[in-house]
Amino acid sequence: MKILVCISHVPDTTAKINFTAGGAALDPNGVQFVINPYDEFGLTKALHLKEKHGGQVTVITFGDATVEATLRKALAIGADDAVRLDGVPTDPMQVAGELAAYAKDQGFDLIICGQESIDYNGGIVPGALAALMNLPFVNACIGLEVDGSNAQLLREIDGGKEQISAALPIVIGGKKGLVEESELRIPNMRGIMTARTKPLAVTPLSGSAALTAASGFTKPAAKAAVQLIDSSNLDELVRRLHEEAKVI
Amino acid sequence: MRPDLFEHPDYYLLDELLTDEHKLVRDATRDWVKRDVSPIIEEYAQNAEFPQQIVKGLAEIGAFGPYIPSEYGGAGLDQISYGLMMQEIERGDSGVRSTCSVQSSLVMYPIYAYGNEEQRMKYLPKLASGEWLGSFGLTEPNFGSNPGGMVTNFKDMGDHYLLNGAKMWISNAPFCHVAVVWAKNEEGRIHGLIVERGMEGFTTPETHNKWSLRASATGELVFDNVKVPKENLLPNKSGLGAPLGCLDSARFGIAWGAIGAAMDCYDTALRYSKERIQFDKPIGAFQLQQKKLAEMITEITKAQLLTFRLGQLKNEGRATTAQISMAKRNNVDMALTIARDARQMLGGMGITGDYPIMRHMMNLESVVTYEGTHDIHLLITGMDVTGIPAFK
Repeated sequence: MKILVCISHVPDTTAKINFTAGGAALDPNGVQFVINPYDEFGLTKALHLKEKHGGQVTVITFGDATVEATLRKALAIGADDAVRLDGVPTDPMQVAGELAAYAKDQGFDLIICGQESIDYNGGIVPGALAALMNLPFVNACIGLEVDGSNAQLLREIDGGKEQISAALPIVIGGKKGLVEESELRIPNMRGIMTARTKPLAVTPLSGSAALTAASGFTKPAAKAAVQLIDSSNLDELVRRLHEEAKVI
Repeated sequence: MRPDLFEHPDYYLLDELLTDEHKLVRDATRDWVKRDVSPIIEEYAQNAEFPQQIVKGLAEIGAFGPYIPSEYGGAGLDQISYGLMMQEIERGDSGVRSTCSVQSSLVMYPIYAYGNEEQRMKYLPKLASGEWLGSFGLTEPNFGSNPGGMVTNFKDMGDHYLLNGAKMWISNAPFCHVAVVWAKNEEGRIHGLIVERGMEGFTTPETHNKWSLRASATGELVFDNVKVPKENLLPNKSGLGAPLGCLDSARFGIAWGAIGAAMDCYDTALRYSKERIQFDKPIGAFQLQQKKLAEMITEITKAQLLTFRLGQLKNEGRATTAQISMAKRNNVDMALTIARDARQMLGGMGITGDYPIMRHMMNLESVVTYEGTHDIHLLITGMDVTGIPAFK
């Protein structure tokens, strides 16, 4: 089974975010980047499937050379090879277009994306990729098993789960539930050493166009300090909730 | 203990000197420590119990012999990677780091460097996989800083050696499967012997009532007419330089490890100083607290630079014993001072198990003594710059 896992290189959730270029671009200085957590669930699931059914796990990302550290981590965790689409992504349709252009002739049985990436949280790429490749798509995927040429999937729906069957190949947008957090793998030293020699191909872009451009970002207002009101002074608490916060 | 929120300080942007692989090694080790060490270590330390499950975890992450070549079960990484691993593991606990240091530098290293191919193939893969735990016997009850005076000895009995004596303050001893033991032959020359658990006359009584390294097992190695097969003698180096060569490797790891303990104390104190309100403002707003924090980050940064350069020299095979002594002595003393200041900053909370500082401080009291005491390392530097030994 050939599995492609699409990986985003995103700031760690604890990173302090600043913008540059007049507020129009992320300032990467001092930011620790990680594998997008939604993608990490997918990568771990891909490794489980490979261990069960055999096959090959390829990881792919779109970015400049700085994203290679994230691909090497994926290789150290257990992916067999990696592809870097050489450029700087600016728009989800461009990303989906480039991924589709790469994947269309490769014969992947399964293309696993994270449901969304935790940097811009667009959630567009997995569905757009499936559409461009004319493949079935299951989003919010929390369960995946492969049975011959079919996939049995679980999709999270409001208040429940939906069981879905689909013929391979398929694209999924995965999340926690594909595997649990306790199953995520920390690369070991042998894996890190082995990752040195695993293939990491740098592929030129196909020319997919970006359809949008970010012109600026605004950070949320800083949270105001917490005000503590003594428990013996409930009248004051009620007054403030009513007159200042206007929530009651 | 509280959730492990550790973030490492990098005041001089030293990450830019590290390769992506170094950072991956460090971050993976940190992730493992946060997942498998931080949540349990306080309880084990309080109970003075060795978390035996940690041996399997250390082996899985690759902390046993990371610089030993892969054909013997190691990862074949460089010395800076080894140092960063020790930094991160000691950030969790010095006792856990001690278990690694002993296994990697005091057991696997001498078997790799001084052993023959049969010995390497027999022992190293099992030590790397954590199937076997090792210990290192050099210190004796009456010979600590003066190991050359050791009385443990072996006699050539024709088809085997007969080993007698006792070693003390031995990390991993109570649970070890093998021990690399340094003993004198009939001519008074020091050799290394691999002693296996189960050999008749070999016992490993545990040392109890420690106030330091409480989550690490310490004991004695006692040899009462132990018959050691001749093939268990390490053939490729003898004399006091052989065990001291192992100590160079272990002390290098300690120099990095101490930075981890210091970083954890600093990070804890910095976080606390922003949260703890006294006189209507965070205590971090007061000059005396800022002085402590400023001195801590200054000393940590200096220690980081020292070890990074030492790591480069070690990778090139150029690090001298005296250079390693300087780094071990400086960094452990630095960590101990920071632990004491950080403890004060946390006030009464600093003595509780809710925070790691007191545990680090107590651990470091061992670290400042073992593998060459604070004073002995000073004399090594003194000897190095004057050419005159002041030991006797």
